[in-house]
Amino acid sequence: MDTMDPTPKPKLDLEVVRERLSNAKGRHYWRGLEEIAETDEFKNWLDDEFPHRSTLLSIDRRSMLKYMGASLALAGLSGCRGLFLPQTKVVPYVKAPEELVYGKPLFYASIYTQGGIAKGVLVEQHEGRPTKIEGNPDHPASLGAADSFMQASILCLYDPDRAQNVTQSGDISTWETFVSAARDAMKKAGPGGVRILSESITSPSFGAEMARFQKAFPGAQWHQWEPTSQDNITRGSQLAFGRIVNTYHDFSKANVVVSLDAEFFASMPGSLAYSRQFTDGRRLEKPTKSMNRLYSFESMPTITGIYGDHRWAVRASDVENIARTIAGGVGVSVGAHGAGGVDASAINSIVDDLKKNRGSSIVIAGQHQPPVVHQICHEINAALGNVGSTVMYTEPLEVQPVVHLDSLKSLVDDMNSGKVKVLLILGANPVYTAPMDFKFADALKKVPFRAQHSLYDDETGGQCEWHLPEAHFLEAWGDARAYDGTLSIQQPLIEPLFEGRSYAEVLSALRGETTPSYDLVKSHYETGDAKVFEKEWRRWLNQGTANVPKSAKANVSPSGSIAAPTVIGQGAEIIFQLDPTIYDGRFANSGWLQELPKPVTKITWDNVVHMSPATAQSLSVTDEDTVELKFNGQSIQGAAWVTPGHPDNSFTVNLGYGRTRGGTVCEGMAEENLGGAVKRDPWGFNAYALRSSNAMDIGLGAVVQAAGGLTPIATTQIHHTMKGYDIVRSASFEKYQEDPTLKPENAEDRQELEKQSLYPDQVFSYNGPQWGMTVDLNLCTGCNACVTACQSENNIPVVGKLQVKKSRELHWIRLDRYYVADENRDDKNLANPETVFQPMMCVNCEKAPCEPVCPVAATVHSHEGLNQMVYNRCVGTRYCSNNCPYKVRRFNYLNFSDNQEQFNTQVPPAAREPKAHGIELLRMLNNPDVTVRGRGIMEKCTYCVQRINEARIEGKKLGRDPLDGEIITACQQACPTKTIVFGNIADKDSQVSKWRNDPRAYRVLEELQTRPRTSYLGKVRNQNTEISGEAGA
Amino acid sequence: MSSYEDLDPLPLILGDQTYSTIDEQIADVVIDQKRHNKKTWFMPIGIAFLLVNVLLVTVGWLLYQGIGIWGNNIPTAWAFDIVNFVWWIGIGHAGTLISAILLLMRQQWRNSINRFSEAMTIFAVMCAGMFPLLHTGRPWVAFYWLFPFPNILGIWPQFKSPLMWDVFAVSTYFTVSLVFWYIGLIPDFATLRDRSTNKYQKYIYAFLSLGWRGSAKHWHRYEQAYLLLAGLSTPLVLSVHSIVSFDFAVSVVPGWNITVFPPYFVAGAVFAGFAMVILLMIPVRKMYGLENIVTMKHFDWMAKITLATGLIVAYGYTLELFYGWYAGTKIEHELLTWRMDFFHKPYSWAYWMLILCNIIVPQAFWNKKCRQSYFWLILVSLSVTVGMWLERFVIIPMSLMNTYLPSSSRMYYPTIWDFSMFIGTIGFFIMMMWLFIRFLPAINVFEVKDLLHKMHVQKRTHKEEAVATTSGGTH
Repeated sequence: MDTMDPTPKPKLDLEVVRERLSNAKGRHYWRGLEEIAETDEFKNWLDDEFPHRSTLLSIDRRSMLKYMGASLALAGLSGCRGLFLPQTKVVPYVKAPEELVYGKPLFYASIYTQGGIAKGVLVEQHEGRPTKIEGNPDHPASLGAADSFMQASILCLYDPDRAQNVTQSGDISTWETFVSAARDAMKKAGPGGVRILSESITSPSFGAEMARFQKAFPGAQWHQWEPTSQDNITRGSQLAFGRIVNTYHDFSKANVVVSLDAEFFASMPGSLAYSRQFTDGRRLEKPTKSMNRLYSFESMPTITGIYGDHRWAVRASDVENIARTIAGGVGVSVGAHGAGGVDASAINSIVDDLKKNRGSSIVIAGQHQPPVVHQICHEINAALGNVGSTVMYTEPLEVQPVVHLDSLKSLVDDMNSGKVKVLLILGANPVYTAPMDFKFADALKKVPFRAQHSLYDDETGGQCEWHLPEAHFLEAWGDARAYDGTLSIQQPLIEPLFEGRSYAEVLSALRGETTPSYDLVKSHYETGDAKVFEKEWRRWLNQGTANVPKSAKANVSPSGSIAAPTVIGQGAEIIFQLDPTIYDGRFANSGWLQELPKPVTKITWDNVVHMSPATAQSLSVTDEDTVELKFNGQSIQGAAWVTPGHPDNSFTVNLGYGRTRGGTVCEGMAEENLGGAVKRDPWGFNAYALRSSNAMDIGLGAVVQAAGGLTPIATTQIHHTMKGYDIVRSASFEKYQEDPTLKPENAEDRQELEKQSLYPDQVFSYNGPQWGMTVDLNLCTGCNACVTACQSENNIPVVGKLQVKKSRELHWIRLDRYYVADENRDDKNLANPETVFQPMMCVNCEKAPCEPVCPVAATVHSHEGLNQMVYNRCVGTRYCSNNCPYKVRRFNYLNFSDNQEQFNTQVPPAAREPKAHGIELLRMLNNPDVTVRGRGIMEKCTYCVQRINEARIEGKKLGRDPLDGEIITACQQACPTKTIVFGNIADKDSQVSKWRNDPRAYRVLEELQTRPRTSYLGKVRNQNTEISGEAGA
Repeated sequence: MSSYEDLDPLPLILGDQTYSTIDEQIADVVIDQKRHNKKTWFMPIGIAFLLVNVLLVTVGWLLYQGIGIWGNNIPTAWAFDIVNFVWWIGIGHAGTLISAILLLMRQQWRNSINRFSEAMTIFAVMCAGMFPLLHTGRPWVAFYWLFPFPNILGIWPQFKSPLMWDVFAVSTYFTVSLVFWYIGLIPDFATLRDRSTNKYQKYIYAFLSLGWRGSAKHWHRYEQAYLLLAGLSTPLVLSVHSIVSFDFAVSVVPGWNITVFPPYFVAGAVFAGFAMVILLMIPVRKMYGLENIVTMKHFDWMAKITLATGLIVAYGYTLELFYGWYAGTKIEHELLTWRMDFFHKPYSWAYWMLILCNIIVPQAFWNKKCRQSYFWLILVSLSVTVGMWLERFVIIPMSLMNTYLPSSSRMYYPTIWDFSMFIGTIGFFIMMMWLFIRFLPAINVFEVKDLLHKMHVQKRTHKEEAVATTSGGTH
């Protein structure tokens, strides 16, 4: 560095300075000793601002090279940003939102609609970014719980495949261009030429907007189409009451429930509330002598039938006869009918049970059952005096209640006759979902101006000239009614990520106004003084329900005349059902829902042809064999699946698969051929191709035969029975009264085991909270809500079908399903087995086998009894997983965590175009409180340690430990039946301690002395002793 | 009184040998490099080199993609990776046993085969060492986080973990084997240096021989050092594979948590190691005309050890069955069915193949003719090599597939990358062996000379004794 200063600074000579100062006369200002010294150096200083700067001349060659090298290197560094380091901009809030504290999430109430009907949600938002959807405890359709669909809708918000721009014939256009083109077309269309096709809509403000629209364009007609089987309910109500009413139930008052193929735990708008109400009648926290009872007659096994006390596997087409038999028993005249294949004495016992519980029973029909079954249910419920106590009728929820099939039929007829000039499709995907005999795609081509406004550019979008992006429900204002008629406001949390608009906004724009959705909704309700209303409005938004009257109670009584049974055909039966995870196909682009194992079959990513073990045997096929399914003159190929509990000579197919357009995920497995061409093989098969308007739900005359070859199906469970292990305890209610421990004979005695143990009883003697969890299997319906909640909370990636097939799915919670069978019986011979579910996640063993085997101490025990996983320390030897008897550890075999690329395991990167202007949308979904795990790292359930820590910090501020109930794990929160309890087991008064010490409590594999912190409570079935055991659930 | 001739009339060195003929036979393989320039050397090393490239491609892809390219899953988190690791470590066992234990037991016959089997040990441990590192999810941190080095975070490895013990066991074993091997090579390097005519050869061997002059003092020091190292590595023979077996024995996995594992694994390792020595020695002996130094007697004795250890292993299998039954738990019974039910369980063929390869076929060695026939030696050794691989397959992935909770039992299927990694390490091993044969003396020159000397001395004393007996009959 000496070269920096080539001219050594001359020393200040103090003698000279003194001399000069003494010679000075008068007042003299001096700036420094140097000035006075008048040294050369000071003169230099005065002349030059930087007197000692190095000039090129003063630098020697070597230093020059050194500096050049350094500056080049530094110049290079600045280039690193963007290439190696993420290019980030941190911009502070200019005006921070109210109540925002950095790092603390905010929660907003809103609603999620499915089939137009609302369920209340609370949306977690981190610095303006919605990250998780939870249930709204104040909303009657949620009661704090959230099903998988609701929770997975957050993934849809950030889905890069979502429609982002207005497109005209595939080219990007603008809303303005569309609106002017559409207005021109509509003006020319004339009366009756303008049609709107939407899904079911219960939004009053949309109804008002539609009225304004129809006023502006006289003769514009509104059609509605939902591919679900809502029509059966609607027509059932028409048959019974002569008009359409909405039916809902109150299971909390029902002691006896008869389900006629109804899956009221999962597929109904009120399912979350129904699950809570029904299971509340089975809680065994206090000694009880009574319990409600569920009889179910089911075709395809569902979680409802499995949960119930008695289940009969009956063909869906036989349910009508069973309904008539029961109706006849309770005194409804039903005419002559068949038996339905169920033992008459059993039905007599059910009828007796129903009669004993007049006013506190429910007979409920599945929505895919024909209208007459619904009518019979209305009659039975009326005869039993259930109306008003357990069965409620209100005015329809929909703005314009219609029979959807008729509505669509009239549209198709008009399209074919050339009457329709302009068709605007709001949300629906009729090209894919319409009955195949309507030939909707052909009819659509006859419409000159056609536009689709939807979340995804799907099959219908491919047939329309215009595609308009729909705003996600977290992006736009709206309103909707819940299953019981409660109205709620849909409150957005984020500005539209793309150019999305709500349905009402589109109609308003077509009228020539550009009213934002907020005004469209708010002005619909605004009355009286604006300031008063504003207060009221804020209250509505805060609580998640609007303080406006519910749908009015409908005072109806059934007519009493039931038509004679109609023969709909003969031969094997085919049943079309909504898919339990991707619904009617609308969630096909959601990786979470595709990978969510179907509750009963544990299949992911596919639909199959379900059949009973006996039917499979007669066809000589087994799981994954390709079969050809012929119906209605059409044929499709799919995988056979042997489903224990399915009726014989009957086949169930789920709708929603075989999608060909609508996003990278839904379009299926891609294989890149040589030359880069991408061939797509859709997931599953399209069951809509067989579904015609005369057999929308149940058809007879299906032919199934082996087609040769295999169709690989990825399931998460390949063994079905417990093989005699003591894993899930279940017993009858009578047995529970005798011995509440439900312990099987071969179970080892825990006290005895602990006596034998060499270890001390109290493994952790820390004086503080000790976390533990208890799962009541008696309440668990197996609905999967906890699985999705965990996935959303803990940033669990989707791995894709191929990886599930390789047994590498990452779900931290497994919902194990076991058939309780005689261990000597073969798995496949199960005609109607008793079935149980068991949520299984890390049980946080006190003496965890995973801990001592990790060579780098990446999994260690906390003093509060948590088995912790230190992701940063993990090197991925996977020894912990080998040594885990519960096999609840999950390993990132590949780079699954990069959400943006998560589906590349089956889709080559080239097939997934960069969208969203390079913003990695799916990264925005991650919960910032949970580490995102990279490749080569083990992960597992942590009892939501981030939530524990948050509560602990809050507690510390108040100088106390977290109180009981302050920590709610994600699975516990989502659970509709409050099956899971978490808390401090050291606190004897906590709920978890009470459950843990319940006589029914046991720990899985406790003979291994792992001392799990998660305990389970056994399942109790309240069987009717008058019914012989063989028909038991 | 006893001598080799008394016990076994077959001599350990055949032909009319002098020290210089031995030098010529062994050292000239290295000195005369032209001897290798023919198909017999280039063919095997060419194939081996191709396989090494397969290994490199596999490792490259593995590091790029992650171990998901293999078939491992949950519950079968260990499969080919650990199977291959244990298999290679086992093969590496014969070397130390021959060098150290047989030295301490003064088994002179080891002199002709110890160098070769030590080299085999070192290369096998190299192959083995690749797997534990590369099988981790994050090898870039695993390679040093498993070592106890002081760091500012104060984080130490988990000393309770058998994998941690593995790191010490295997690295110690490798280091000691390497040092032992090198020390044994020093006098031979000097011989090569002295015999070399080529300038470069002379320089290299001179450098490697560390100034060995063969003085009495050198020999004294050498013998002491060698004996010490032999003493040091003897416990390693038992410890390495015992510790490897702890990976399984200390776990709670049904099929792993068996107390018989340590001795059973050690016996299995020696079994596999000797089979591999036989398998490799036969072609080398043939190719380089070493029939006089590595005689049929050597094979005969190696075959006997193979048979003996094979019987111990068979006893181990019997005990596994016994424990499975005696445990009396459902899961253990389930596991036995899973392994043995040939008609219903998908991988049971592996179990029965293993019984055939490791128990039934080696029984041929009871017959002396089989012990001294190339055909039978190769057949049995190959069978044992395959059988020992299958044994690890049966123990590792097959136990993992069958879990305590039936819901998580899933199937495991290997992928092409599992096989390519395995075949690649075989290629690496063969390439190293063939390079070793070309550039280093594959048989210990001075020890064979020592053996020759002792044989002469013995003969002489024999004669003298005979003379004394006859002449001294009158005393």
